[in-house]
Amino acid sequence: MSGQLETVRLRPPANRVERRAIWWWMTQDLFEALGPALVLGVLAIVIEPARFWLVFALVAVLVVGIPYALIVPFWRFQVHRWEVTADAVYAKAGWLWQEWRVAPMSRIQTVDTERGPLERSFRLSSLTVTTASAAGPIKIVGLDHELAADLVQRLTETTQATQGDAT
Amino acid sequence: MSAEPSAPGESAPRVDGPPDETWHELDRRSPAVAAVVAAGLTLGSAVPVFAGVRDEGRPLWQVLAVIAVAFVVVVGSAALIERVRWRHTRYRITDERVELRFSWVMHRLRSVPRDRVRTVDLTANPLLRLFGVVRVQIGTGQQGGRDNQLVLNPLDRRQAEHLRAELLTRTRPAPTDVAPDGPAAPASAPAIAELRWSWIRYAPVSVTTPILGAAAFGAVLQVADWFGLQETVLGEAGELLRDLPVLALLGLVLAVGIVLGVVGSLGLFVELWWGYRLTGEHGMFRVRRGLLTRRSLSLDERRLRGVEVVEPLGARTLRAAKVDVVATGLRAAGDKERSDPKTLLPAAPIAVAHRVAARILGEQRCPTESVRLRRHPVAARRRRLLRALASTLLPAGVLALLGLSPFAVIVLVVGVPVALGLALDAYRNLGHGITGGYVVTRYGAGSRRTVALQRAGVIGWTVTSSPFQRRAGLITLAATTAAQKGAYPIRDVGADDGLRFAEEAVPGLLTPFLEPVPRSTSPES
Repeated sequence: MSGQLETVRLRPPANRVERRAIWWWMTQDLFEALGPALVLGVLAIVIEPARFWLVFALVAVLVVGIPYALIVPFWRFQVHRWEVTADAVYAKAGWLWQEWRVAPMSRIQTVDTERGPLERSFRLSSLTVTTASAAGPIKIVGLDHELAADLVQRLTETTQATQGDAT
Repeated sequence: MSAEPSAPGESAPRVDGPPDETWHELDRRSPAVAAVVAAGLTLGSAVPVFAGVRDEGRPLWQVLAVIAVAFVVVVGSAALIERVRWRHTRYRITDERVELRFSWVMHRLRSVPRDRVRTVDLTANPLLRLFGVVRVQIGTGQQGGRDNQLVLNPLDRRQAEHLRAELLTRTRPAPTDVAPDGPAAPASAPAIAELRWSWIRYAPVSVTTPILGAAAFGAVLQVADWFGLQETVLGEAGELLRDLPVLALLGLVLAVGIVLGVVGSLGLFVELWWGYRLTGEHGMFRVRRGLLTRRSLSLDERRLRGVEVVEPLGARTLRAAKVDVVATGLRAAGDKERSDPKTLLPAAPIAVAHRVAARILGEQRCPTESVRLRRHPVAARRRRLLRALASTLLPAGVLALLGLSPFAVIVLVVGVPVALGLALDAYRNLGHGITGGYVVTRYGAGSRRTVALQRAGVIGWTVTSSPFQRRAGLITLAATTAAQKGAYPIRDVGADDGLRFAEEAVPGLLTPFLEPVPRSTSPES
């Protein structure tokens, strides 16, 4: 291929996720860091003999967790993108390890949205598009919940039109 | 529950005629089977209990009485429970559906559309064979396990054969070459492959040998433990071998382990592959095999998505390979079965493997053989070598830090060459290509896998890249498929090469998402 004048690469999918997904990710990451930290803190107060190691673990959790929660959501926002064309669903996710997934419309089996309590408070939804593959669905997180509902409708209509069991 | 069931005495379904709406019973021998199983289990567990209780010095008659009572209770209740299950379980085959119902206290109906039935597998362990019955498992080939299969346990063997033939031939919309007398005489189909006993030479070089060898030592200790004799056995062995030097001792243990492992893997091969016969008829592939436990596995060719030619390290050095099928709706590997249902051919000479694979795919030549595989960039080799070094140097460093320098030296001397060898092998094995209607990918360290996947069976692409891969301009491209693993990877391929490959393999799918970049810039995104 070295004779060719240009190379190809995957272009980023057309749409970003909602900007407020950053704050959702951040809240989630903070909970995930502060929850264990709280438990460790309480234990450190209660269990005196192990206090040194508990505090050590507590500091470790905070040193890793807080910067992660403050930086990674912005990074994710730069990476996470999605696109639904007439023929396919295309999504990119991750931060250090990145993943692009493409599934043709004709092979889509189910389309669902999911809204956890935290997502709901940010008016966000995640969209899960499954195919017959056991390697996992395409998941688009951080969508506006109304947009997600519209997408489900659109995808369901399109995929219902196709025949067969999509395997 | 001692009264005769009020249902008609003759319970055999009319398998020859057209399917009717009546509900049929399972085979009436099933309570007896359950009783024998329970009897075996109770007697089996009675032995260690007996040994244990005897140690406490109780009189013999007491111990025996307790065991006898337990025996009667367990066997009786097992038979009774099974009798209740049998009494209230019915199945029927209608024109549209296969249905299994249990209606007593709790009602349960499982119903599978007949046009979804893709597998009908018959299994019979030695006990079931003794009773002349089989376990029938009807699967739909959909992902998601349990709910999509229906188990008739047990059925009369002949009746089950009829059921299998009927369900599988009738699911095909237009049977092209069904003889007028229908699906009778299944044994008459020409064999695609039959067992050659010379293939047994590949059994001892498989991974089962070290595993079984190690397991043999474990089993001895386990049984000794049941009788509270573990200390004694270890002591006795110690006594016997006290005078031997350490190296001789190691050698002896190794030799015994290898001998046991070889014997075990030969035995396992005989048990699994006795009477192996792969046939294809009416668009169905069928594998029959097994010495003690007979298995009959059927596969609808519409579920076929490709083949995988697997060359484990030992077999590869002897130029042998086994053939796995890539098909939708097969159970994921590793549940209970000692050998996966996906294996269509045990390790056999590579030419045989290619011939069988070609026959399964309906091709003149097997795509795994005819393909010209493209190699992967040198950066992929660097990645593997670095990973090999990291995976050996780090543990060695930790060991050294912990003050276990001798072990660190062993890890370095043994581990590093092995890891580097495997890394180079893994790089040499990498390859991908397109031939006819197939995409082919090859990968694996030690055990080499070559997967040929129908291009029409590719239902999407997944591209992943780690930070290290992005720096080296590599991606891992995976073709997703409805077949068992879900995705088959093309690891560490050049980004440009990989994307063009994906575009060529399934034209149009990836095209709208690709953009050209002038060659001077880096292929990162």
